[in-house]
Amino acid sequence: MLGIRNGRVYDPAHGIEDQVQDIWIKDGRIVAAEEVDPRQAKTIDATGLVVMAGGVDIHSHIVGAKVNAGRKFCPEDHYDHVRARSPLSRSGVGYTTPTTFMTGYLYAELGYTTVMEAATAPLVARHTHEELEDTPILDKGVFVTMGNNHFIMRAIQTGAWEQARDYVGWLLEATGGFAIKVVNPGGVENWKWGKNVSQLDDEVIGFGITPRQIVQTLSRINDALGLPHVPHIHGLRLGQSGNAATTVDMIEALEGRRAHLCHLQFLSYDGEAGQMRSGAERVAQAVNAHPNITVDIGQVVFGPATTMTSDGPLQHRLHQLTGHKWLNDDVEGEAGGGIVPMAYQPRNIINAIQWLTGLELFLLIDDPWRVFLTTDHPNGGPFFCYPQVISLLMDQGYRAEVLAKLHPRARRGTLLAELDREYSLSEIAIVTRAGTARALGLKNKGHLGVGADADVTIYEPQEDHEAMFSCPRYVIKDGEVVVRDGKLVQSRPGRTLYVKPDYDRGIEPAIRQHFKETYTVSFDNYAVQDEYLTHGEVISCA
Amino acid sequence: MSGNFTLITGRTRAQGDGLHQGRDSEAYRLATRLVEMNDEDMNTLGVGEGDLVSISTLAGQVTVPVKKGDLPRGMLFMPMGPTANLLVGGETESTGMPSYKGELAEVEAV
Amino acid sequence: MSTLIENVVCTFCGSLCDDLIVEVDDGRVIKLRKACSNGGGLFQHYDPAPKSPTIAGQEVTWEDAIREAARILDRSDSPLIYGLSSTASEAQRKAIALADKLGAIVDSTSSVCHGPTGLAMQTVGEPTCTLGEVRNRADLVIFWGCNPAESHTRHFSRYSVMPKGMLTPNGRRDRTVVVVDVRPTASTRVADLFLQVAPGKDYEVLTTLRALVKGKTITSEMVGGLPLAQLQLLADQMRECRFGVVHMGMGLTQTGGRDVNVSELFALVAELNEYSRFSVIPMRGHGNVAGADQVMTWQTGYPFAVSFNRGYPRYGPGEFTTVDVLARGEVDAALIIASDPVAHLPQAAARHLDRIPTIVLDPMPTLTGARAQVVLPTACYGLDALGTAYRMDSIPLQLRPVLPRQRPTDEEVLDRIIEAVPAC
Repeated sequence: MLGIRNGRVYDPAHGIEDQVQDIWIKDGRIVAAEEVDPRQAKTIDATGLVVMAGGVDIHSHIVGAKVNAGRKFCPEDHYDHVRARSPLSRSGVGYTTPTTFMTGYLYAELGYTTVMEAATAPLVARHTHEELEDTPILDKGVFVTMGNNHFIMRAIQTGAWEQARDYVGWLLEATGGFAIKVVNPGGVENWKWGKNVSQLDDEVIGFGITPRQIVQTLSRINDALGLPHVPHIHGLRLGQSGNAATTVDMIEALEGRRAHLCHLQFLSYDGEAGQMRSGAERVAQAVNAHPNITVDIGQVVFGPATTMTSDGPLQHRLHQLTGHKWLNDDVEGEAGGGIVPMAYQPRNIINAIQWLTGLELFLLIDDPWRVFLTTDHPNGGPFFCYPQVISLLMDQGYRAEVLAKLHPRARRGTLLAELDREYSLSEIAIVTRAGTARALGLKNKGHLGVGADADVTIYEPQEDHEAMFSCPRYVIKDGEVVVRDGKLVQSRPGRTLYVKPDYDRGIEPAIRQHFKETYTVSFDNYAVQDEYLTHGEVISCA
Repeated sequence: MSGNFTLITGRTRAQGDGLHQGRDSEAYRLATRLVEMNDEDMNTLGVGEGDLVSISTLAGQVTVPVKKGDLPRGMLFMPMGPTANLLVGGETESTGMPSYKGELAEVEAV
Repeated sequence: MSTLIENVVCTFCGSLCDDLIVEVDDGRVIKLRKACSNGGGLFQHYDPAPKSPTIAGQEVTWEDAIREAARILDRSDSPLIYGLSSTASEAQRKAIALADKLGAIVDSTSSVCHGPTGLAMQTVGEPTCTLGEVRNRADLVIFWGCNPAESHTRHFSRYSVMPKGMLTPNGRRDRTVVVVDVRPTASTRVADLFLQVAPGKDYEVLTTLRALVKGKTITSEMVGGLPLAQLQLLADQMRECRFGVVHMGMGLTQTGGRDVNVSELFALVAELNEYSRFSVIPMRGHGNVAGADQVMTWQTGYPFAVSFNRGYPRYGPGEFTTVDVLARGEVDAALIIASDPVAHLPQAAARHLDRIPTIVLDPMPTLTGARAQVVLPTACYGLDALGTAYRMDSIPLQLRPVLPRQRPTDEEVLDRIIEAVPAC
């Protein structure tokens, strides 16, 4: 039993902003004060300290085939960033692509307790789960890529949407997945022909369907299965000038159905090719006007990054643009992707515009419950730079300082100089935990109400918000203190959150047939077995 | 480096079969203690099928029976295993990989 | 009463075929369908009977054997953990945990197999795909420096040459097969085009192909023993195909140039993607060497050649690779897991194992085990133990046992050793 006493509590989900309150914990949950015998409970004196729920990261690339290929690909990322073993922790390395143990420790030391792995191809889900087992402390979930899935695309082509629905139900169960992920729908399939898609009504080669149909079908399926999260969408033309208009089209194509658009910054550029400008105003307007949409920003942070997405053609294009080494992986019948190392520099005009675009989006989107703080780790920058982004959101002076260092042409015409909005601590709590947990449908995360998982982060308030958020005083996971003064004091396994939607098991013969025609593994060997989910927790569907 | 033959070592089905039967099995011994040579090279050397030849590289020397193989002139092929590995040196040129394929060898009739 | 078990995964080679049908009776495999001779050998020669561990050839209890293993490792200043590629990822994870605790060097058989491939990937990148893309899309299939007919016997029929797929409804007839090797083999006989490259000249041929693909003029009439006209034809085919795949093997990694040969191939494949779609698939040898790469990488950041002697992982091909540390006598104890270095490493390296105390974990008797101080006969994943393995294209599969288990697993034994050794 644990009592966090006298802290300045920020619990936006319950309308609590900077109120001095006690938080009581028993058996890994937050409980009412009456449930705890204060004489038996350990206490933390949180007088003067800010108390929030543990951070919930809605989009990060931390485990699985693609991330691991990224680690292997760029050993130079690791040499200068090492973590020695200790009696309670394993050693590790890595800056933009830390090894699994290090990832768990670093996130915890940052005050995060739940992280969503943003993309896994179903065929390699088993790998993702093995890595999750070696990622300590955090609770985790996996988004399963489906936007270029042959069974689904064939079902759309033949108008058999119920088949697609049941297949998706089966697929989530078979992969231990948490949510439907859509990446460049149709574009990754076209990349296997050396092509792409650029508009919602372009044709997906060999299937005679369109990205619009894929997105609409999957969002309809998401509703039908009652999934806790919504379709998590990486849109079309990522990184390309003029993609802001396509993003607005995407928002409209959803026709009021709920969806999440990820790393929106990379999809919010106006201008012709070679004349890229921020399109944040246009996109923010569309987000503001469509309450069914949530977004995460994918803010660029100056310094090294590793771009790794399931967007095969995008990654090839990045390779062509930068000349950097390139990894590609096409996955049979399902997905693709690639990796290209990057470095963002303030004096590079494109990078400067990217940085501006992200911040403009943050400041122009009105509702903090619908816009979330990410860097699309490691695409925009490493997750441990989140405190830097928090500081930029809370402090206009800091923004102006960095703005002054940017390429001069990028500064021209940017709205950022006039945007004087500063996020409050409460809003930061929303965009890093309360809002993300709600968008994910995680009822026991992101807040400090009775019944919540006892994941709590305690910060020492400081003027320097970056320092404040870099080094929590305490991080509590399932009621256990795991971090003190920014350093790990206890390691423990976390849980894998997954869904088991209802679906008609009569779909199986059709899937078996599909396997015979498409795959090189047996249907019976495909689904992730229980052995890989020993720390699993089912999150129920509606 | 000296030697007018290039030595290639590698897998064969028989070597794999021998492995399964056991590393001290006759099958494994037979499968890994042999060298294949181009038949014109064999004629030049004055050896016939099954005759013993001595092969030396900078790393070591072995005496094994020779078999006719579908190889270009100047090439030797030995199935991978402890016998072939007497001829492969430990130098990896900073990669970790020794010269399993490409050691220069001399061959003599025994 | 015999039992028939379907969809069994074979772990002998990196093809990781998962369609074997195994008939089991009275705790032995009596019949096997669909396996090649290598898979057949693995299943039919395995003796699952419990065996006692030994110390210096004498049978002892498990407790004594593990205590001795722990003692050897604890007393060592510079231990080596080697092998890993024929055991499951669950055991690989423990082996690295042990290395972390000991401050040891840990290396897999990659270092004598596709280590150079990893180095090339780290230098220039790697456009790749899963084997199902070869089945479904590839109309140009190239085998460079490998002999799948003998090393991965069902590869042609299951994945790369014969099967009918989405865009290859006529199977073999929808594909052009090219084999590049220094000598005729069982694989070259399958080819539409066999390019017999001069030994050690792959680099020259690859760099010429890169130039030809980019439309450059080459003035030599022969390159690497091959007529330029033939290379020009190949370059054109590579540019004009729909989906090309190169499978590459030891012919590139084990010859002079090693990783530089592979880098040249990978660069060629990357550049071909300006014209057509092209991928490369390394023909990983052992059943779970791809898994060893994956587990090493996610836990240490590096695929092989890792030393923990400073308390965190450091990467050192040439420095911490097994042949080098053995040949230079830089390790004073060795823990060999699911591998037989005495059989497969050059003598200059293997003989050092006679000079240092060696511990072996293996389901089968090996030449290394015959000379080891401590032998721990463990179960065999996929035969009598449950585990996970990664195919050559990194697709992970669960290995479900077909026989009842009578021995401890590598994972269990390593766990006990980890517990028994003090942290260094």
